[in-house]
Amino acid sequence: MNETIQILKANLGQSLWETTEMVLISGIIGIVFGTLIGLALYYYSNRLFSPKPVVNAVVGFIINAIRSFPFLILMVVLIPFAKLVAGDPYTPMGGTVSLSVAAVPFFARIAESAFAEIDEGIIEAARSTGANFWLIFQEVLFPEALPSLIRGIVLTIISLIGYSAMVGTIGAGGIGNLAIQFGYNRYDTGVLISVIVILVIIVQIIQWIGDFLAVHYTRS
Amino acid sequence: MSQIEISNVSVTFEQKHKQIEAVKNVSLKIEKGEIFGIVGLSGAGKSTLVRTINGLQKPSQGTVVVNGVDITQATKKALAAARKKIGFIFQNFNLINNRTIAQNIAFALTAGGFPEKAQPKKIDALLDMVGLKDRQDNYPAQLSGGQKQRVGIARALANDPDILLCDEATSALDLETAQEIIAILKDINQRLHITIVFITHQLEVAKDLFDRVAVMEAGQIVEQTTAYRLFADPQSSMAKRLVNRFLDEQLPDEVREKLRGEPGVILTLKYQGDDSLDPVITEISSSTGVAISILQGRIEYIHSNAIGVLAVFITGEPSAISKAVQLFTEKVDMVEEVAR
Repeated sequence: MNETIQILKANLGQSLWETTEMVLISGIIGIVFGTLIGLALYYYSNRLFSPKPVVNAVVGFIINAIRSFPFLILMVVLIPFAKLVAGDPYTPMGGTVSLSVAAVPFFARIAESAFAEIDEGIIEAARSTGANFWLIFQEVLFPEALPSLIRGIVLTIISLIGYSAMVGTIGAGGIGNLAIQFGYNRYDTGVLISVIVILVIIVQIIQWIGDFLAVHYTRS
Repeated sequence: MSQIEISNVSVTFEQKHKQIEAVKNVSLKIEKGEIFGIVGLSGAGKSTLVRTINGLQKPSQGTVVVNGVDITQATKKALAAARKKIGFIFQNFNLINNRTIAQNIAFALTAGGFPEKAQPKKIDALLDMVGLKDRQDNYPAQLSGGQKQRVGIARALANDPDILLCDEATSALDLETAQEIIAILKDINQRLHITIVFITHQLEVAKDLFDRVAVMEAGQIVEQTTAYRLFADPQSSMAKRLVNRFLDEQLPDEVREKLRGEPGVILTLKYQGDDSLDPVITEISSSTGVAISILQGRIEYIHSNAIGVLAVFITGEPSAISKAVQLFTEKVDMVEEVAR
């Protein structure tokens, strides 16, 4: 018991910070680029904008291809790439690279469906004012898709927390690393349980905040 | 030159290797300041046709010239400029749900290049015109259907358009609310001289609002006439069908129910003007020996021109009945047997 507490005292803060770092950076990259790609997919498929089936099919194929990798395999495959970008792949920054690569197509599909859910009539009304696409994005697509996007962000972040634990197994740090190193390799069940409890609490809090915001931004 | 000139417009959709012709070779001229109606059943191509006027729908063939600009050939920029002067209101209002009423209108103003600083005042004036000045900060979900459509109108008028397109603008509303919206549109037409193109399947609207009307069936214009002539003397089978359905609907179900099973024929007689049919009825009754009871009589006013409508129930010998029907057909403008 004492040992467990000591291990946690020595490592928990650091591990939590590493996880936060990985999830936050890859999450932001995933959301920003995923939104852009999702918007492009929507733009090139909606008849009210600029349908380009070929562009849509090519981008869609690339996204599906990346998404069909089990994360563990994607991570291993991306080790050379992580090395190139982050220097050492076995660090939180190295882990962030593969997490980001997974997050972008994941969020792209979420964003695409969030935009596609918007009632076409509203888009038609917006088009008929003569508004340009940028204005329609800011004032129509974004506010109308926002609740769905928020729910998608929650989904993405929670998935990334899960994936970040996998990154830990190859030694890239984070709370997953802590659980494996001490809880699994050294049979310290206390550490394992603590990590699980912390993860459950974090995920609950994120879900709760996300639900609150999604409801807040739905005005109907 | 007319304000809107639609020439030989066809719209074809590709659907799973099948071509669907939604609009077939339609030509129409709509004059400045008039209220032009397009009526027809749903699926007749009305919505598609009206969308070619502001370029939301590109025709596969033909040209659409609005205020001298060919919409079908316009550059992106010219099209955006044209759209600013063409307001559009929709059956389902299509307001931005997650933006306030004021923001919904501000969007249209910004799209039209209206300076941001002057927007609050303009929004005030627009909402005042539709009687919703105090609802600026509400979201659409907090408004009733009729109120949402008023916002739709205010938004459509944001950039001082000279044409207003209405796609079944009253069809999602109850009759009373629809009348309110129609009154607002009439007022706008008269005060601001905005041309209104209104498509609907509801003949009540045609009766109250339209100056001229086109009847559409299966993608084609089958009749073009004035609102009064449409009701008084429809020519095409589609117009007859629509008008009769409108008139028949007025016969209460209770009356039909009561006559169910009784031998006889129900006729709707329609005549122009508001004089009486009594002499004709008496004459036919005595010459053929049938009994004629009047079920319902009323006068519809189309732009203050009267159309008399009389529903009668004829009983007697089958041969006498058919003789009576024959005589009515000769002596009354329009006779229609009511399905029972």
